[in-house]
Amino acid sequence: MNFFTKLYYQYRRAWKAIRLFFMLSGPGLVVMIADNDAGGITTYAATGAKYGYNFIWFLILLVPVAYFVQEMTVRLGAVTKRGHAEAIFENFGAFWGWFSLVDLVFCDWLTLITEFIGMTAAMGIFGVPPWLTILGVIVIMGVMVLNGRYWTWEKITMGFCLLNLIYIPAAFWVQPSTAEVLKGFIPNLPGGKLDNQIFFFLMANIGTTIAPWMIFFQQSAVVDKGMSEKDIPFGKFDTLLGAILTVVVAIFIIIVVGTVLPGVEIDDAAQASKMLMSTHGYAGTFMAIGLFDAGLLGAICISLASSWALGEIFGWAHSLNNKIKEAPWFYAAYFLALISAGGVVLIPGAPLVLITLFVQVVAVTLLPAALVFLLLLLNDETTMGKYKNSLFENIINIGIVSLIVVLSTLYAVSTLFPNIFK
Amino acid sequence: MLKNFTQKIREINKKYAKPRLAMSGPVKFCLLLLRCYLLLLVGLLLYKFITVLVA
Repeated sequence: MNFFTKLYYQYRRAWKAIRLFFMLSGPGLVVMIADNDAGGITTYAATGAKYGYNFIWFLILLVPVAYFVQEMTVRLGAVTKRGHAEAIFENFGAFWGWFSLVDLVFCDWLTLITEFIGMTAAMGIFGVPPWLTILGVIVIMGVMVLNGRYWTWEKITMGFCLLNLIYIPAAFWVQPSTAEVLKGFIPNLPGGKLDNQIFFFLMANIGTTIAPWMIFFQQSAVVDKGMSEKDIPFGKFDTLLGAILTVVVAIFIIIVVGTVLPGVEIDDAAQASKMLMSTHGYAGTFMAIGLFDAGLLGAICISLASSWALGEIFGWAHSLNNKIKEAPWFYAAYFLALISAGGVVLIPGAPLVLITLFVQVVAVTLLPAALVFLLLLLNDETTMGKYKNSLFENIINIGIVSLIVVLSTLYAVSTLFPNIFK
Repeated sequence: MLKNFTQKIREINKKYAKPRLAMSGPVKFCLLLLRCYLLLLVGLLLYKFITVLVA
């Protein structure tokens, strides 16, 4: 009897923890899955087409990279109850604050344009005109935020995150060779050596793992959700789960494209979807739906990252728990970013390819600063108390941040000077 | 409206005039590195811009 009582107690305890996790999960899962945005999908599709399953092992290494950086934002947000923009202004002064804010808003706006490019291209495959896609997206995103509850917004976003898993059935549809896929889990380099082109693809994959908006978004989301110090373990688990899921999705994209289009040069994910559709109708359709969903998730998070940051600094009410009348400037910034970015995509002859390339360069001006500020703040005992970085966390995080800064800079330089690594 | 905006910017600058974080040696070193990095990147961007214009 005693055994069954204990068992029942353990079951109740575990069930309570699971329920609590579902209540507290969100920011980590959302930010990580949204990391697989339209640009990310294109990078994975291009990698899969060029090198097949060879880089699956490399993607697995990106789980700790994404997790360790993003979990710092959970701790910082939960302890300080401030977003990253406000934390930079407060701790590093107005110069670094303005630099980060202006750069973030500009970079987010450019990235938002690339998300719209991805979404219109994906819906174009189904014959939907770009104006209708953009209008539809603005309406969907408007409905999501205007209900005036963070919780509702988060759960709808989690639904879109679930749709991001569409690449998994697509991979089973194309029937890859299990033995060949498993070989991809063993570290290897195509051709046995690291050449410039492989290096470029590795940089591109790391470059898509951490973007500046992710740091600002997750910290603000943690604050808006009202997470406190006691919720940090759940926030960390949420982030870890998100990091694993984002890499799982990336692996399945590589499997789909690597199986059907090996050796093909891919310029964008919409092109890959069309090519897939000609031989594997359902897989191509899933790929196109996934691309639209990826763009939508990216747009949802990126537009909010800017609005939250502006609200924190200008002192506007800036919570999704506020109704439009209570936070008019916050919602105005949100819709202005959306409508203007969508509008750019509709301008005939707009330099969309140039914008896509320029995003990477602008992001690299902000990413090192945001990461360095994050590290410095996480080492400030006055702010963080017992939640400051331990020696182990510092070793890991300084290593990861250095790697990201160097590789993303090289990636940006290779974008500016395409022949430099050839 | 523009006047209000400028006033707001001034208020923000005043509010955050002094960094709260203690400017210890390592912090100053990191910020110096960051400045150098940004100058280098801006230099590269300008170089690219000029070469594109000349071409």
